[in-house]
Amino acid sequence: MSILKKLFTAVKGGVNEVGEGIVDANAIRIFEQEIRDAQAALSDAKRSLTEVMAKEIQTTRAIKSLDEDIAKHETYAAQALDKDEEALALEIAEKIAHFEQEKTEQQQVLNTFTTSVSKLKEQIKQAEKTIVENQRQLSMVKTTESVQKATMAVNDTMASGDSSMASAKQSLERIKQRQMDKQDQLDAAQQLAEENSDKALHDKMRAAGIGEEVTKGADVLARIRAKQNK
Amino acid sequence: MELNELSIKLSQYETEGASFESFFINNVGQEVLQVIVDGNDELPIFVTRTDEQILCICYLFTEQEINADKQAELNDTLLRLNVPMPLSAFAKIDDKYAIFGALSTNSTLDQLGHEIVTLSANSIDALEAISDYLSE
Repeated sequence: MSILKKLFTAVKGGVNEVGEGIVDANAIRIFEQEIRDAQAALSDAKRSLTEVMAKEIQTTRAIKSLDEDIAKHETYAAQALDKDEEALALEIAEKIAHFEQEKTEQQQVLNTFTTSVSKLKEQIKQAEKTIVENQRQLSMVKTTESVQKATMAVNDTMASGDSSMASAKQSLERIKQRQMDKQDQLDAAQQLAEENSDKALHDKMRAAGIGEEVTKGADVLARIRAKQNK
Repeated sequence: MELNELSIKLSQYETEGASFESFFINNVGQEVLQVIVDGNDELPIFVTRTDEQILCICYLFTEQEINADKQAELNDTLLRLNVPMPLSAFAKIDDKYAIFGALSTNSTLDQLGHEIVTLSANSIDALEAISDYLSE
C-alpha cells in the first residue's frame, strides 16, 4: 500500500490525533535503511556498468585490429600465389583462418558485453526510479510527523501564553478594527497635511493684503477714539 | 535556509511595505518560528522545516466554530478556492482549518518573504470570505 493511501485511511479513520504516529518510528527507520541500501546497490551497479563498458570498447578494438590483420594477410597470400609460392600461401591462409576463428570468439564476447550493458542500464534506471519514489513517500510521512509536532508546539504556546487562540469572529473583528484605525490615521494625516497647506496659502495672502483684514492695535485705538469724539 | 537564520534576517527585512516580528517555539523537538506580519497578530504564521520543504501555516478557525449544517458546503467552497488563491492552499490539521504554503528548503529570503506576506494577506481575505459560515 502506498504511504499516501495509508495516510488517507488513517486521516479518514480519525487516527490522526496529535501525538499519535501514523506510521511508527521503527517503520520509518526501516524505510530509510532500505533507501540507503538501494542507493549503495545503485552505486555498485554504476561501477560495474563502467567496467563492462570499458571491456566492450576493448573488445571492439581487438576485433578491429583482427579485421586489419586478416586484410593484410589476404594481400600477402595473393602476393605468394602470384610468385607461385603455393606452400607459403597455404601457411598464410592458415594464419588467416586462425585470425577469423579468434574474431568469432571475440565477437561472441562482445555480444555478451553489449547485452549486459543494456541490462545494467535498465536496472540502474529502475533503481533510480524506486529510490526517488521511496524518498517521496518517506517525505510524506516525515512531513506529517513534522506538522503534528509543530501543531503540538503551537498548541502548547497558545495554551500557556495569553495569546490563546481567539475565535475566528473575534480575530476578524480585531483585524477590521485595526484596518479602520489605520485608515483613520491615514485620513487624519491627510487632513493635517491639507490644513497645513491651507495655512501656508493664508499667510501668503495676508502678506499681500488679500482676503480678511487683520485687526491691528492701531485700528482698535482709532475705533475707541472715534467713540470718545462722539 | 535554517529557521534561526530566517528569524534573524526577517527582523531586519522589509518587503512589499510589510515588516516582520518573529520568535521561536521549540518545546517538542520540532522547531517552529512564529511570524507576525505588520502587526497582524490575530493570524500569526507558523514556519517549520522538514528535510525537503519549508512549511508556512496559518490557523484560521476550528471545526467547532462553523455551522455544522454548512460544513460540507464550506469544504466544497474551500476546495474550489484553492487554485485561484495565489501561493497558498487551504488545509485541515486535526480540528483546525488552516491556510498554508510550502517552499523548497533552498528558497531565498525574498521568496520566503513574499510567501509569508502573501499568506498573511490571504489569511485575512479568507477569514472575511468565510465569515458567513461561522456560527454565532
